[in-house]
Amino acid sequence: MSLRRATDTKISYLDFEQSIAELQQRIEALQISHDEHDGLDISKELDQLEKKQKKLLQETYQNLSAWQISQVARHSQRPYTLDYIRELFTDFEELHGDRAYADDPAIVGGLGRFEGVPVVVIGHQKGRDVKERQYRNFGMPRPEGYRKALRLYRMAEKFNLPIITLIDTPGAYPGIGAEERGQSEAIAKNLYVMAELKTPIIGVIIGEGGSGGALALGVVDHLLMLQYATYSVISPEGCASILWKSASKAPEAAETLAITADRLKALGLVDTIVSEPLGGAHRDISLMMQTLRKLLKDQLVALQKKDTEQLLTARYARLMSYGKFKETTPK
Amino acid sequence: MSWLEKIPQKIQRVVGAVNKKNVPEGLWSKCDSCQSVLYKTDLEQNAEVCPKCAHHNRIGARARLNQLLDPDTKTEKRIEIGANVEPIDPLKFKDSKSYADRMKLAQKEVGEKDALIVIQGKIHAVPVVAAAFEFKFMGGSMGSVVGERFARGVDAAIKSQSAFICISASGGARMQEGLLSLMQMAKTSAALTKLSQAGLPYISVLTDPTMGGVSASFAMLGDVIIAEPNALIGFAGPRVIEQTVRETLPAGFQRAEFLVEHGAVDLIIDRREMRQRLANILSGLMKLPKVA
Repeated sequence: MSLRRATDTKISYLDFEQSIAELQQRIEALQISHDEHDGLDISKELDQLEKKQKKLLQETYQNLSAWQISQVARHSQRPYTLDYIRELFTDFEELHGDRAYADDPAIVGGLGRFEGVPVVVIGHQKGRDVKERQYRNFGMPRPEGYRKALRLYRMAEKFNLPIITLIDTPGAYPGIGAEERGQSEAIAKNLYVMAELKTPIIGVIIGEGGSGGALALGVVDHLLMLQYATYSVISPEGCASILWKSASKAPEAAETLAITADRLKALGLVDTIVSEPLGGAHRDISLMMQTLRKLLKDQLVALQKKDTEQLLTARYARLMSYGKFKETTPK
Repeated sequence: MSWLEKIPQKIQRVVGAVNKKNVPEGLWSKCDSCQSVLYKTDLEQNAEVCPKCAHHNRIGARARLNQLLDPDTKTEKRIEIGANVEPIDPLKFKDSKSYADRMKLAQKEVGEKDALIVIQGKIHAVPVVAAAFEFKFMGGSMGSVVGERFARGVDAAIKSQSAFICISASGGARMQEGLLSLMQMAKTSAALTKLSQAGLPYISVLTDPTMGGVSASFAMLGDVIIAEPNALIGFAGPRVIEQTVRETLPAGFQRAEFLVEHGAVDLIIDRREMRQRLANILSGLMKLPKVA
């Protein structure tokens, strides 16, 4: 299986990457003209252009705004849950359905091995092309998706298997059927069950952490977050249209909402930031996998050393610590 | 504007003032549902339920708790929990107005520090800790203070071997606290696991409206889930759904009766019977003597 590298697949460029895209065009034009006129030495010029491009990429990615980061988090070439499962897990068997109503393709889950250790892995799944996007409902789960996850949490607990969740969703699906079948209850139940589940849970935000729809896979013992992922109570667009009455203020909303890994780490809501390859995970998927594999392994080893009681006490304390407020002296 | 033009305006102002005096403000109100003109005292005595059409008006947190809980006696007084927990602005959040300013304004207008009031007391002698949302405080939105007061309320219920009741009225998570407010969903739900482990009941009462992050956490986790008639209850707001699916929503969609029909809520109780029937349910669950 070939993995995408900066050199072998066409990258689609984001709006703020246009100058990098232009350099790429010049590089490609030079390569083509070289192919047509054999014997011309272009190595020096090519080298210069590539260096310039790399420098520009570095400069751009050093100063990304929160809004730009959320574009990277949603990049259509970014690795999705099934890519991580394929690269990081072996012997994966996907398990379908909630045993009550349906199988929701917006969440995938199953049994696999990570570094030889049997684990249950569950994640949101987005689609790559138009057809698959529709099939995966853009990664927006319905209640049966959360109930499938719940069933797999319980199975993991029963056989004492660690759980790894991969979070990447715009949010739970706001649809008529989803409401009729109890979207709220499905999410709430997962929060409740995960809080007292007797097995280690590690979460990784790989792309978009969209509100309650993300949190239903996010009550964990250790939360990792990719450098250019986002995690937010509401999408920047949603927040902007409510508070600014205009979705065009999304960049401002993204900034003030504190949705990026560094700000969330500072708030104590994320444990580990997973650094991404220069220019984002999609530019060097194998490097991304390598980095995440190591960090996941460290956390899994650390959590497996704890007995169940220690694990649950620490998880509860962690949940209770969420929140920032002041306490005045009671009168 | 010439002096001549100013005269009619002055007259208008004087007339306006007189008219206002003739109808003293706050004595009458019009029912939002059946348009009947109601005497405000009657409405208050009827638990803010329209005596003509039984429309349930929204009601403040303290008034609600006063309706439900046994009054203080010389020996037994109700105890407020977490009143000293007050909000801050952890993100320095700012849209057209800063969160700090919005918060101060709400505190001044509503007379509460945040959107959840928690009181320990009794209902027909059944020991309870009851939490009620103040919808007027930033739409009853859940931030760090709501989550902390909720968790402390559950703790107090466990310590005093009481039932826990939460009466929700909320638009959801408080955006101005960003992800911290999302985490309150996890925090409140986790707190309830301890209540269950202690074998104590949790009753969730859903009132108009119960949406978003509140609906998708503790509100849907009750041992018994009660709704008030016609309350709007759901995960996503009706407008968001309409924009997403581009269909007209079915009649009665996301109303209390719709939720009972779809099996999401146990029963609907009229607010005027709430106190009695809560006591009845709780005394059964807690194996206490039958409530008179």
